[in-house]
Amino acid sequence: MIEADRITKQLGGRTIVSDVTFRCEPGTVTGFLGPNGAGKTTTMRMLVGLSVPDAGEARILGGRYRDLPNPGRRVGILLDASAQHAGRRGREALAVSARTMGVPVQRVDELLRLVGLDEAAARRRVGQYSLGMRQRLGFAHALLGDPEVLILDEPANGLDPEGMRWMRGLLRGFADRGGTVLLSSHLLTEVEAVADRMMIIGGGRVQAQGTRAELLADSGTVVEAADLAALDVALQGAGLTLHHLGGDRRLVEAQPEVVARAALDGGVVLQRLAPAEGAGLERLFFELTEPTGAPA
Amino acid sequence: MSTVALTAPIPADVAGVHTRPRLGRLVTVELRKMLDTRAGFWLQIATVALAALVVIARLASGDAADHTFAAVLGDGLLPAAVLLPVAGILLVTSEWSQRTGMITFALVPVRSRVLVAKLAASVLLAVAMLLISAGIVAVGVLVASPGVDGTWSDAGTLLAQSAVYLTAGMVTGVAFGMVLLASAPAIVALFALPIAWTAVASLSFLTDAAPWLDTRLALAPMHEEVMSATQWAHAGTALALWMLLPLAIGAWRITRREVAA
Repeated sequence: MIEADRITKQLGGRTIVSDVTFRCEPGTVTGFLGPNGAGKTTTMRMLVGLSVPDAGEARILGGRYRDLPNPGRRVGILLDASAQHAGRRGREALAVSARTMGVPVQRVDELLRLVGLDEAAARRRVGQYSLGMRQRLGFAHALLGDPEVLILDEPANGLDPEGMRWMRGLLRGFADRGGTVLLSSHLLTEVEAVADRMMIIGGGRVQAQGTRAELLADSGTVVEAADLAALDVALQGAGLTLHHLGGDRRLVEAQPEVVARAALDGGVVLQRLAPAEGAGLERLFFELTEPTGAPA
Repeated sequence: MSTVALTAPIPADVAGVHTRPRLGRLVTVELRKMLDTRAGFWLQIATVALAALVVIARLASGDAADHTFAAVLGDGLLPAAVLLPVAGILLVTSEWSQRTGMITFALVPVRSRVLVAKLAASVLLAVAMLLISAGIVAVGVLVASPGVDGTWSDAGTLLAQSAVYLTAGMVTGVAFGMVLLASAPAIVALFALPIAWTAVASLSFLTDAAPWLDTRLALAPMHEEVMSATQWAHAGTALALWMLLPLAIGAWRITRREVAA
């Protein structure tokens, strides 16, 4: 269980996180989405006591993180895969933490195997690791204490597609056994396949949150046309509201039949016409990511 | 790669889940962290190797009759006296420069416990280095000039005073690291400030105060002679200024500061 209750943080006179409230239940994976600089990392740092909120309260497993006697055994954290001593060997980096939290050292080898770092990789110094290898070491580190809660900041960064699929399977399994997962990403596609709940943050504020079904319920129609300018004119001429999506698509707030009629009246050839489904979520995310790109 | 291993993890000691890691365990972890990185490992190897070289060079020159334990000890301790404070600085600053503080302080959120563990580990390493360096001196003296009169005079007292000398130097390094939280500025400050201070203290109106506040003057007798009460008082005041004050400022800073953004 992870709870944030109206947490706010200012750094250097700028409000980084503003009035953020959410709750992650056991057995679920929560995707924490937002563009870079939206406040995801600062929020996660406040959850684990590395940063102190100016207002509000963050609770993990019912209390403050810093009051957990041995937090490594209950909460697994991966905030920055590069935050490891470059001159320390991979296996040693895990062994040091295992010793700190009182976990048998055999578990280090177990986890190195689990994340796919072989003997040779484990003996190398972390400074020589690729980003993907650091990410895997970070996963092993987060799972080292056999925790109930996982807090992962951009864990998919640097993973190849196969690694990404592996990560999703791992997180799904963890949640299905009753664990609580909060993972952040600046890419919608990275988390929508695994998250039960999603939370979108932009400008330090939570812009939307809910189950996948709730967020995907947004109605509308996605259209594509070769002549986008003519399409925009035709749709606006019919009095329809439209939003720009990535990949030269338009999200129109109307049923497909209405949109098709408007295109026909304007003499525009459509290349695609489909119910929106997840496009509303995508639109919100797109607007947050590229605030200048969408004259909605 | 499979998730099989996760469903059947090695049974961890379940009792440890709800108990704080003991301080002794944190001390061994901090000791290990000083030795398990490339820089940390070679720094200690270099200290021992230099101690051996310096002692050999010293014993190879001059009159064998002057090669008593007391006379050679200062040279034998010199590498440790210079390099231990650097190890102390790195013990703290690497948590920021290498950003491992995010892990250290997440695993042990009560930061003062980490600091106490680091200080204890520093003292242990300093004592170990004293024993190794003094051992090299003792062997050297035995081999190079056996049977010299008064070879071992005051050896016990000098060893005890040297323990204070090396430990204080190491802890001063830790304290400088805690104040500056960056390796290069801390190392520069540690070596440049006392020299600058000596220069300032040579001004005529400060000559009376100098022995009380200059660590180089105040600590030097520790490995040279049995110290008088006045000399201990000099050392005490100098260390209060150069060790305890930075330690207090550093502790205040680390327990309040946001960890590595």
